[in-house]
Amino acid sequence: MRKPPPPPSPMAQPKSFIWTRRIFLTLLTVFTLAPVYVMLSSSLKPLQDVQGSFRWIPSGFTFRPYIDIWHTVPLAKYFVNSVIVSVSATVASVAVAIFAAYAVSRYRFKGRKFFTVTVLSTQMFPGILFLLPLFLIFVNIGNATGIALYGSRGGLILTYLTFSLPFSIWMLVGYFDSIPRDLDEAAMVDGCGPLGALFRVVVPAAVPGIVAVSVYAFMTAWGEVLFASVMTNDTTRTLAVGLQGYATQTDVYWNQVMAASLVVSVPVVAGFLLLQRYLVVGLTAGAVK
Amino acid sequence: MRTYHRAVAATAIAAAMALTASACGGGSSSNDSGGNSSPKTLTYWASNQGTSLENDKQVLEPELKKFEQQTGIKVKLEVVPWSDLLNRILAAATSGQGPDVLNIGNTWSASLQATGALLPFDATTFSKIGGKDRFVSAALAAAGAQGKDPAAVPLYSLAYGLYYNKKMFADAGIAAPPTTWDELVADGKKLTKDGKYGLAVEGGNGSENIHHAFVLAKQHGSDFFDASGKATFDTPENVAAVKQYIDFIGKDKIAAPGNAEYAANQSLADFATGKAGMLMWQAAASSLKSHGMKPEDYGVAPVPFQTAGATGAHAINSMVAGINLAVFKNTKNLDGSLKFVNFMTSAAEQKTLNATYGSLPPVKDAQSDPAFSTPDLKTLAEVLAKSAAPLPQVPNESQFETLVGTAMKELFAQAASGKDVTTDSVKNALTKAQQQMPAS
Amino acid sequence: MIARLRRIGLPYLLLLPALLLELLIHLIPMIVGIVMSFKQLTQFFIRDWGAAPWAGLDNYRVAVDFDAPVGQALLHSFWVTLCFTVLAVGLSWLLGTAAAILMQDAFRGRGFLRAIFLVPYALPVYAAVITWSFMFQRDTGLINHVIHDQLHLTSERSFWLIGDNSFTALVTVSVWRSWPFAFLCLMAGLQNIPRELYEAASMDGAGVWQQIRRITLPSLRPVNQVLVLVLFLWTFNDFNTPYVLFGRSAPEAADLISIHIYQSSFVTWNFGSGSAMSVLLLLFLLVVTAIYLLVTSRRRDAADA
Repeated sequence: MRKPPPPPSPMAQPKSFIWTRRIFLTLLTVFTLAPVYVMLSSSLKPLQDVQGSFRWIPSGFTFRPYIDIWHTVPLAKYFVNSVIVSVSATVASVAVAIFAAYAVSRYRFKGRKFFTVTVLSTQMFPGILFLLPLFLIFVNIGNATGIALYGSRGGLILTYLTFSLPFSIWMLVGYFDSIPRDLDEAAMVDGCGPLGALFRVVVPAAVPGIVAVSVYAFMTAWGEVLFASVMTNDTTRTLAVGLQGYATQTDVYWNQVMAASLVVSVPVVAGFLLLQRYLVVGLTAGAVK
Repeated sequence: MRTYHRAVAATAIAAAMALTASACGGGSSSNDSGGNSSPKTLTYWASNQGTSLENDKQVLEPELKKFEQQTGIKVKLEVVPWSDLLNRILAAATSGQGPDVLNIGNTWSASLQATGALLPFDATTFSKIGGKDRFVSAALAAAGAQGKDPAAVPLYSLAYGLYYNKKMFADAGIAAPPTTWDELVADGKKLTKDGKYGLAVEGGNGSENIHHAFVLAKQHGSDFFDASGKATFDTPENVAAVKQYIDFIGKDKIAAPGNAEYAANQSLADFATGKAGMLMWQAAASSLKSHGMKPEDYGVAPVPFQTAGATGAHAINSMVAGINLAVFKNTKNLDGSLKFVNFMTSAAEQKTLNATYGSLPPVKDAQSDPAFSTPDLKTLAEVLAKSAAPLPQVPNESQFETLVGTAMKELFAQAASGKDVTTDSVKNALTKAQQQMPAS
Repeated sequence: MIARLRRIGLPYLLLLPALLLELLIHLIPMIVGIVMSFKQLTQFFIRDWGAAPWAGLDNYRVAVDFDAPVGQALLHSFWVTLCFTVLAVGLSWLLGTAAAILMQDAFRGRGFLRAIFLVPYALPVYAAVITWSFMFQRDTGLINHVIHDQLHLTSERSFWLIGDNSFTALVTVSVWRSWPFAFLCLMAGLQNIPRELYEAASMDGAGVWQQIRRITLPSLRPVNQVLVLVLFLWTFNDFNTPYVLFGRSAPEAADLISIHIYQSSFVTWNFGSGSAMSVLLLLFLLVVTAIYLLVTSRRRDAADA
């Protein structure tokens, strides 16, 4: 389903536009990367230099932190936990959201408004107050049914997938709405059912939106701290919480925090690099109307 | 359409109520006090004491093996990082789903005691672990509210000491570490020159601020709570105590203005790298070492008093810092839990563990061990035995830390940016903090 | 008949998984939270919630008594949060939109730059915000190094993490963390604008800037409607950024409501009062959202017509 990248803009770009772009994007890159640079340089310093005065070019230099990070905390285990939890939550969340968004976008049914508003209202309650009730519910489900949600990856997956649902549904409804209805109707005329139309027409046409939503769902699960700190134990702990393990009772290993963060972020950024081209494969010219 | 909405809403709420009721009810049914239904296993939540979580495991696991050999009880260990520990305990207390034995920060003792989730150590319970008298009394006083059975027993203890840089002292012609605050300020002024400062403080860290304010207030003969547990933040003595601490940056200028924002142990780094000549800290040896400072380069003295030879209530120069060991009330292995407490507080284990972690044993039998007779630990042990007092053991201790700690942080910020911090402004800040305390 | 039933039932069937999850993870805990707000749920009672005495409206009364210090502090924190949210969302949206539009057309290095811009989103919150706090340190940070040592813009080193500047620091970090998200959504949204529209406009002699104003921005409206609202809600309730940047006690100038609620529930173990504050916030946000949706939907309908 890969399509060629869209041709360069047909319009001639004036100099003012090109210069605005250059200057703006340069400044934005500096803003974005300055902390990354500080992280990188801190991760290469011996511990006693980390809090020393900032210099653009550090004086001391060591790769030690990149070796130590694996022993100070079980980084590899946390990484695996995070990947399992985030990937499962993302896949499930996007699937559930696609169905729900399709219903909201393509059908006029009773309770439609009620559903969307209720879902949105969940974004208004501070997360810290969900924590205890949810924990209690998980414990009780565990006591009643024997399904261990508390302390397990399953409970965390369920939580995170729901965290990203409201926004995913809303965003996908927006994307689905912008796909002309004629397309699914044409597919249905060709003999597809509504689900056939969803998967053959709407989903392929909404790939950029789905990718954007997946990235969002993944990052929600990847970065969540508070719930993970209570709902996990030492075998299921995720990275976002586990990184705080570098702050120990005797010392805070700042250089290792930075090194570990960079190491675990590399696969994520690489994933972005691979995915970003799907963000721009939208409707090709001529496919619409 | 409208009826429909109402129906959906009603169903949702009904379902929610049903689940809520079962949620709350379920919690309480398992909240009854424990028993001995699973006598062969124990879950133990240890706090992070060593250089890393893995290091803690390596330290504790051989000891747990010994315990298993002695009693046949298998201990499942989880080292919980400090960032998670209190929330995990909270969740455990709420749901009844928790460990059997756990470490708690000793300043939490009264708060956790109030939840009723921890087993009280009454006379019978104490008799099962060898009696109350085995423990250092100051450390035991930091295990629960006064007049109640302790909610825990002390496991590792610490106290504050005054760390000073020997070379900087010698260069400035200071013969001995200060014993009064006047001397400390005078010495600090001698040391403050060429971009170096006399003292390093962790001004952005609310808890550190509280610990020092507490000691200074004691020395002025005052407390932040009265005997009934009511907040008395803005007494003239407390105001004087807080002001005295803020003045190290403000009036005395013996600490760098930048210290006002320190909250990530930068003051320790400043001391280790010779940017400041003195530091008040709890057992800093291993941290100083990892910041590159050699043990022979610094000395440890007791934190100063207001006047030389202070006595009685005024002769307090440290809070009792440390970790307590508690038993979760609804443990399924009560006897085993107490055996484990007994084991962990035995003289042999106390020696091994405290020596490894650089802390002091709160168990009297263990204190004579040569591991604790290094010059710095000897000083701290003496402080702990003679002139340390526990932070207020009241259920609202954490509000106190948050409110007064924040107020002091703001005062430091003012002092550091050159504004005058006066007795009045300190009093106003403390009054405001006091008014935000819940009435109880 | 069956076909008809299936047609009516299908949307509900499609919604069912989402509904169940929302109910379990979001709605029921939220309702529990609302119930909690009417209880005197202090550390003395958390072991057995059922037994906690009802507090009636007491928790609310304390929270909205703006003459007393607790209410005053809450009100202050509310205004700080509101200013912070408006600023941070506005800036994030502006950066995201500008970057998405400027990067719509292919140029060398675009793909790479796109991935770079998502980096703040990929870095773990804890480490990223800690890094910012290093940068903001008065004596040793990058910010003062550049502003004071290199550009000599200030006569003295300024504090960023304490005092009034802490607000600026908080907004900066928040924008840094959330603009990539706006960028991501808008970039995806731009892909659905048919190129014919641009071609037609180009034929009519519209320049790049006019095309952006007349085609791009209006076409992004549906995405923007959701994006801005959600950014607003998240930023308003953001907990991690201030918590890691300032620790448990935020400076007054940057005392966000989420920290405030955390302090009055988790730190002090008074979940009743924390819940009451949250319910008040929920009401406020509901009203804001309702107004927002009304206004934006009407504008959209008008634009569609």
